[in-house]
Amino acid sequence: MSKKIKSILATDCGSTTTKAILIEWKEDRYKLTFRGEAPTTVEAPFEDVTKGVLNAVMEVEELSGRTILNGDKIITPDNGSSGVDIYVSTSSAGGGLQMMVAGVVKSMSGESAERAALGAGSIVMDVLASNDGRLPHEKITRIRQLRPDMILLSGGTDGGTTTHVMELAEILAAANPRPRLGQNYKLPVIYAGNNKAQESIRKTLGEISDLDIVDNIRPVLEQENLEPSRDKIHDLFMEHVMAQAPGYKKLMSWTDAPIMPTPGAVGSLIEMIAKKENISVVGVDIGGATTDIFSVFEGKFNRTVSANLGMSYSICNVLAESGLDNVLRWVPFDIDRSELTNRIGNKMIRPTTVPQSLEELVIEQAIAREALRLSFIQHKEFATSLKGVQSERTISDAFEQSSSGQSLVNMMELDLLVGSGGVLSHAPRRQQSARMLIDSFMPEGITQLAVDSIFMMPQLGVLANIDKDELKDDASQAALEVFDNDCLIRLGTCITPVGSAKPNSKMADVTLTFNDGTVKDFEINEGTLEMMEYPYEEVKVSIKPARGIDVGAGKGEALESVIYGGVVGLIFDGRNRPITLSKESSQRIDSLLSWSKAVDEYPKGEMF
Amino acid sequence: MAHSYTPGLKVLKKTIFKKERILPLKGDVLVKKGDILNPETIVASTNLPGNVQMLKVSNILNIDPKDVIEALKVEEGQAIKKGDIIAETAGIFGMFKSSVESPVDGTIESVSQSTGRVVLREAPIPVEVDAYVSGIVDEVVENEGIILSSNAAFIQGIFGIAGEKRGDLVLVSSSPFEELTAEQITADMKGKILIGGSFLSLEAYKKALSVNVAGIVVGGFNYFDLKAVLGYDLGVAITGTEKLNTALIVTEGYGSIPMSEATYSLLKENVGKAASINGATQIRAGVIRPEIVIPIDSANTDSDSESKMPQGIQEGSTVRVIRSPNFGKIGTVISLPSELNKMESETMVRVAEIKIDEQNYLIPRANLEMVETDE
Repeated sequence: MSKKIKSILATDCGSTTTKAILIEWKEDRYKLTFRGEAPTTVEAPFEDVTKGVLNAVMEVEELSGRTILNGDKIITPDNGSSGVDIYVSTSSAGGGLQMMVAGVVKSMSGESAERAALGAGSIVMDVLASNDGRLPHEKITRIRQLRPDMILLSGGTDGGTTTHVMELAEILAAANPRPRLGQNYKLPVIYAGNNKAQESIRKTLGEISDLDIVDNIRPVLEQENLEPSRDKIHDLFMEHVMAQAPGYKKLMSWTDAPIMPTPGAVGSLIEMIAKKENISVVGVDIGGATTDIFSVFEGKFNRTVSANLGMSYSICNVLAESGLDNVLRWVPFDIDRSELTNRIGNKMIRPTTVPQSLEELVIEQAIAREALRLSFIQHKEFATSLKGVQSERTISDAFEQSSSGQSLVNMMELDLLVGSGGVLSHAPRRQQSARMLIDSFMPEGITQLAVDSIFMMPQLGVLANIDKDELKDDASQAALEVFDNDCLIRLGTCITPVGSAKPNSKMADVTLTFNDGTVKDFEINEGTLEMMEYPYEEVKVSIKPARGIDVGAGKGEALESVIYGGVVGLIFDGRNRPITLSKESSQRIDSLLSWSKAVDEYPKGEMF
Repeated sequence: MAHSYTPGLKVLKKTIFKKERILPLKGDVLVKKGDILNPETIVASTNLPGNVQMLKVSNILNIDPKDVIEALKVEEGQAIKKGDIIAETAGIFGMFKSSVESPVDGTIESVSQSTGRVVLREAPIPVEVDAYVSGIVDEVVENEGIILSSNAAFIQGIFGIAGEKRGDLVLVSSSPFEELTAEQITADMKGKILIGGSFLSLEAYKKALSVNVAGIVVGGFNYFDLKAVLGYDLGVAITGTEKLNTALIVTEGYGSIPMSEATYSLLKENVGKAASINGATQIRAGVIRPEIVIPIDSANTDSDSESKMPQGIQEGSTVRVIRSPNFGKIGTVISLPSELNKMESETMVRVAEIKIDEQNYLIPRANLEMVETDE
């Protein structure tokens, strides 16, 4: 098959590291062939992002033997032994994109604006709303203090009352905010509210800001229209924010598609995978300062950033938000509390250290469980159906208690859970990653688990977004094939029956039929965790849950499906939901040790 | 390219200390290049825009927003005093008038016919920036401030709270291994900067606050005691704005950790001298560490001291372990094996072989810190 794109170079300029990957068309599919990395060079003394890009690409050149650079130019097109057909990049250097959003009603247009900004890959510094309880001068002080990169203003349905959204515009005008980077340009403001107010908005904000007007984010209450705002945020990110960062103008001239904010690219890839496979997906990226969660349920994409839940810079905030007891419940030994808080504090002030002893590793992974759990709670609260919508009810709905604003996240519906970020991707044993994902996200029914080992999703995301007609089919094929084959490390599948069950009682009978025809019967008992090693191959599974227990087909209903193993294997989780640990220390420690032992989580020795 | 070590905190006997003293908004620079500065010298000043008050005039007068203009008794840009009438209805035959008075002194910034609101801006807020450290004006940044230069001893801490303070250095702990206790803090230490050893308890810090000590430099402090000082759990290490009379600079970390010998002896050498300290810390991109600056006699200053700093961990380097086990211990690098080593945690890392108290240990390089000195 002849391909228009034979080779692709993609980079992601992170705040500390710039990563380059080379994708080539080989043996009838796109493959990740080489990768390289180098420190990001946005800050002094270099102050030119392209230097880090060139260093990372040079590493790819050395490893692959392919000449990609001619001086500081990327050679295009691919002519066999040198050059690449396309080059794309994402960026989160310099703190990424930081926005402030405003809406009339916090839980309606405010939330829609927040969803648009988060979906575009931004950090939302604050949500201003007419009903947020703050007085005008307090809002003005806040806007001045924050100095966002960009503001998204929304509010009102099309043709409705304009007073409230104009009040917000006047508050913005009075604050006269200055952008975070660069003194010599006006702050970009996007207006995505009531179309009737557009003229007045122009009068109020046209002079003092760089105003763009797009279609209303909530044209009617029942409809959310995020696309125009998200696209405009991406355009402005390139034109204004990135153009202020050192070296980006040059980098922009090299790429074949606009540079995307890193989380925006990841989100768009996850959205695409969910659509193509028709599955529900949750993706998480846990970093040193923040945790990003992406989800697609019922075809709706959501992203949240928990700005202060991370494993180094904000590790003490995990402790503060979850409470020491919640961290300690995952630690299978006794430890002095003040000693532990000092250790965690020291990780915050010296964020680059690594756990040398097993004890340190166990503590770090206990904190990770809490950081992930809290981030996911925030995500579930945000990923809801539209609020303020009146829905018509039929007689069949009369007995359901559902209302608007319910969380879209349904763990029983979840098909694929993908983890990334140091603590998940670089855990010494993959079983540890699987346990952290299961303990914090608590999947139900049948869920496949995976980790993105080198965090390649940003580059694949921007690749999937190429919109040049002659390239887009090959580019999105490359993104999907590399995602499927090279990006994810499949950990395995977790089977979790849920429902009311007595301690140690049988929750489900499981029959596994392997490819070679062998059959294995299995029981899942309440309170237990079991693992069976099995590679990433198909297994037919038939599950008969006990009365009152659900594995996805309804309470007591049998289920047949095809599942996959992985580097960890098949995990049978009888710990019900939510996972509860005994308040009694020795019982709790016994449970933790038996679960760790069952999945071979830690090296055997004094501690385990 | 990549640095395989954590650059240590600076402990410099003599250096040319440079500091930007910049206004938050453009304004006037009050000194010129070469001027000699005291810490108290005001180097630049400006006026921040005053607070904004928004008056919903249409609601108060019960009129339509578009009719607000007619009811106005003032113009945009006009100065007003508290109690002045901003708008008034015509009433009926001149009777039953309703009016809106200004709640503050200020100017009329804008009037909106869409919402019926009048925006008032209060008087500007003057802001001044002082020199912070004695020295000279090295460079003037037009309309923004200056870059100050000072011959000084310079020490960085790992973490601090509260902003800029000044005072004379007083040695309290007689060795870097000794705790600075509440009993040692006396009323005559008001306005001074105290030098401690390994640890400061919450009780001792509270005593320092009560006698208005300007600052304390110490090896360690308990993380959970911070909550009692700050009133909240410190989630991320971004500090400097706390309104506390006593700045605290921790040089080693949380817990009881002897102050490094180099830091302690440099502070001890300068006892009695005036120092400027700042507890502000930001552990994020663009890291800010707390600092102690002790201006010294210029004749003795060796301008190149910073460039002599070691460039990374080498065999023979003195390093400090910055994570458990062996946290806080000082050792010497014996070798730097190039291959990855498996730790007890099974983490594969690059290590350094370190001699601590005549015993050799393999420790991840990421868990080591150089103590940079100019000796």
